[in-house]
Amino acid sequence: MFPVCAGATIWQVFPATNAVTQAIAKSSAGDTIEIQSGTYRENTTIDIKHSLHIRGVGNPVLDGQYKGQIMSIWASGTTISGIHFIRCGKSNLEDYAAIKVYHVNHVTISQNTFEDNYFCIFLLKSDSCIIRQNFISGKAVFEQTSGNGIHLWKSQHAIISENKIQGQRDGIYFEFVTNSRIENNISAHNIRYGLHFMFSHRNQYTGNRFTNNGAGVAVMYSNHVHMTRNVFDLNRGQASYGLLLKDISDSRINQNRFEKNSVAIYMEGSNRLTIEQNNFIRNGWAMRIYANCEGSKISNNNFSGNSFDVSTNGSEDHNHFVQNFWDKYEGYDLNHDDIGDIPYRPVSIYAMLMERIPFALILYRSFVVSIFERIEKIMPVITPVNLYDEKPLMKPVRL
Amino acid sequence: MIQIEEVKKKFGRLQVLKGISVLMRPSAAYALIGPNGSGKTTLLKSVLGLVRPDSGDIQLNGQSILGQWQYRQLIGYMAQISRYPENMTPVQIINMVKDIRQSQHQYDMELFEEFKIKKFENKPMHSLSGGMRQKVNACLAFMFQPAVIILDEPTAGLDPLSTEILKEKINGIRQKGKLVIITSHILSDLDEMITHVIYLNEGNKIIDSTLEQLHDRTKTEKLSHAIASIMNEENNA
Amino acid sequence: MLKIIKYVLLDIIRSRTVIGYTLFLLLTSWGIFLLDDSTSKSLISLVNIILVVLPLVSIIFSTIHFYNSYEFIELMLAQPVKRATIFTGSYIGAALALCLAYLVGAGIPLMIFDGSATAVTMIASGLMITLVFVSLAYLAASLTRDKAKGTGIAILTWFFFAVIYDALLLLLLFLFADYPVENFLLGITFLNPVDLARLMVLLKMDVAALMGMTGAVYSELLGSLKGMLVAGLVSLVWVVWPFLLSLRIFNKKDI
Repeated sequence: MFPVCAGATIWQVFPATNAVTQAIAKSSAGDTIEIQSGTYRENTTIDIKHSLHIRGVGNPVLDGQYKGQIMSIWASGTTISGIHFIRCGKSNLEDYAAIKVYHVNHVTISQNTFEDNYFCIFLLKSDSCIIRQNFISGKAVFEQTSGNGIHLWKSQHAIISENKIQGQRDGIYFEFVTNSRIENNISAHNIRYGLHFMFSHRNQYTGNRFTNNGAGVAVMYSNHVHMTRNVFDLNRGQASYGLLLKDISDSRINQNRFEKNSVAIYMEGSNRLTIEQNNFIRNGWAMRIYANCEGSKISNNNFSGNSFDVSTNGSEDHNHFVQNFWDKYEGYDLNHDDIGDIPYRPVSIYAMLMERIPFALILYRSFVVSIFERIEKIMPVITPVNLYDEKPLMKPVRL
Repeated sequence: MIQIEEVKKKFGRLQVLKGISVLMRPSAAYALIGPNGSGKTTLLKSVLGLVRPDSGDIQLNGQSILGQWQYRQLIGYMAQISRYPENMTPVQIINMVKDIRQSQHQYDMELFEEFKIKKFENKPMHSLSGGMRQKVNACLAFMFQPAVIILDEPTAGLDPLSTEILKEKINGIRQKGKLVIITSHILSDLDEMITHVIYLNEGNKIIDSTLEQLHDRTKTEKLSHAIASIMNEENNA
Repeated sequence: MLKIIKYVLLDIIRSRTVIGYTLFLLLTSWGIFLLDDSTSKSLISLVNIILVVLPLVSIIFSTIHFYNSYEFIELMLAQPVKRATIFTGSYIGAALALCLAYLVGAGIPLMIFDGSATAVTMIASGLMITLVFVSLAYLAASLTRDKAKGTGIAILTWFFFAVIYDALLLLLLFLFADYPVENFLLGITFLNPVDLARLMVLLKMDVAALMGMTGAVYSELLGSLKGMLVAGLVSLVWVVWPFLLSLRIFNKKDI
């Protein structure tokens, strides 16, 4: 290894024992370390104590050999790119990660590949970091023995964009994270959640796709979250949701697409949400709303091809449905203002019944059940009296 | 040659055939007669395989026919009540049966000509009179030149002229070596057609002899008289 | 056999009932697709037709057809043709006519307006239902010579499978809601051919909801290809056994 130019030095690293650690030891703050292609196995965790730009050339592999952490960053302004991290340690006691960032700011981690790690990118109390265009692929099987793809704890102003994450426990996990943005990521086939928020306020996520996860996105105990133009699809299975909302308030869910999820949106203890201009297509349930949800406005959404549009466990509803398109609506529009003249009740009696006896689903769409539903439509007995869309749209909202 | 051995048949509680044994040879015409419910039709249907006997055996040329179907190639059958797919025309039915039977040899279309079936061959069956239907029925039975012809009440509904035609036909094929079995209520019609008489009553065979022997025994010239005479003997005995 | 089928089919076509049935299906399905602006809604309406009208028409038509073709069958029985051939030919003729009617009347609109996997499943399950109910019709008809009685049995059979069965199931579901009887009830559901056809459609149309069910056995069974296969196989059993039984009866019957 040798320095190439003066000022900020560029150190070239070639495969050898502890080559990366030795290069870092020689470098000073602001230097660049270029790791050439090949496989590198270091004896200890690579500690970065002064700010460095670490760059992979030709996709070098840092192999953690399942022994502890691969890289720890203790210096603000550090950038890591183009490196292939594999096999960091797995432990029940320690949250080992391929890269862990400790209490520093402005770290950028981009265009790296992560394969078969425990946690991949782990930020602790680090602000204004950027994580973009990384490819993360794990082999998670059980929740207890697997880690998250991108894990942030007590950090703010992070930008997480254009990453692709699969096969982890949670694709992206936020705990006590605020004022951050998650954009244009793809999170798929993660065994728990594609994206998981805990106690994380004032964040927004936009343009992401959450496919085939245990559940698409779980947002819990947070407020002022903006969720826009995301796709939630194929999140199916027992207790599986496109979007799970638990104790959320004052948030917006706009222009998203929910397709073929077991439950598109599940809401519990969630208040004052605005749910607008979303497409709900061919889900098992478009929305399941617990009776403890209040003050949300659900408008200008399209509901089509769902087995059940809305179901709830209560006999009253304190949310406001207005001007949505429901494909099951059978009303008419005599004054041609494109708004149906009679209200639509999105909760079917059978959906109510199934809240109590979920197994009743196997008789769905039988002749007897359809008679049952038709009678209830004419004389509502069980379905919540005040849950209706008084202005159902005759045509789908263009989105 | 048809050999019927100890055939029994019960419908519900009614024992219709109580162990009938009959031997029938070629070049002969057998009259199968008896009062209503004597078991004539059941016996014929057993030979055709339409009715399955409870016990006993029926053989055609030495082979049991029970449960078989190929042997029907050798049989022509004219049913008592001719029931046909009512929307089909005579020509369609004739062609259909030809198609189904697929016999290679020449068809005997003599009755088709003599009965002038051509005149109504394109009318649906439901529009035909009973006599017309009987003609189609007879035509089908003879068409395939079978070795055995079974006729159940063949003259019912036929006009005298057609009856004559049929009689001649029957005599003709008998002389050619075929075996003919006829049932009829109209005994006078049978006189000129048959060589043998089998009389059934309540499932039992009462008479089984040639026509000549019967006339000799009863010293009568007509079948009806012969039968009446025997009935008297039975009652007096 | 082919010839018998040919003549049976010719006879059915002459009777025009099947043509009427085809037109009815064609008009209904076309109408449903044109009136509803969302195809998913049209499919749901069609499911109801498949589950109610199809079995009804199939069983009544086939029963009456069997009685009406008695003359033909008698004529054939005097010919050198095996009984089983005549009976099977008559069955296949009726089944073929009804299946064709369904394919033309509902299959074509389904493929034109939708063409999805759900539509294909609906076509398949419709054909299955038709076959099952033709078999049941032949069984009903072979039980009695009396046409009125036979037709009565047929209608009752339809009513039992299409309505009563599910009503009873629903009742059981309520009564035993607090007991672990799900597997038992699922088993019972799989014994009704109409429910089988419905489940096949449900497996396509509501797969997302089905996969959300808790309980390992049925989420595995209902959420996968396996469920489709089991449903298909049991349906097949429902086609075969009534037919074989009626064939047995017919073979032993005195005409």
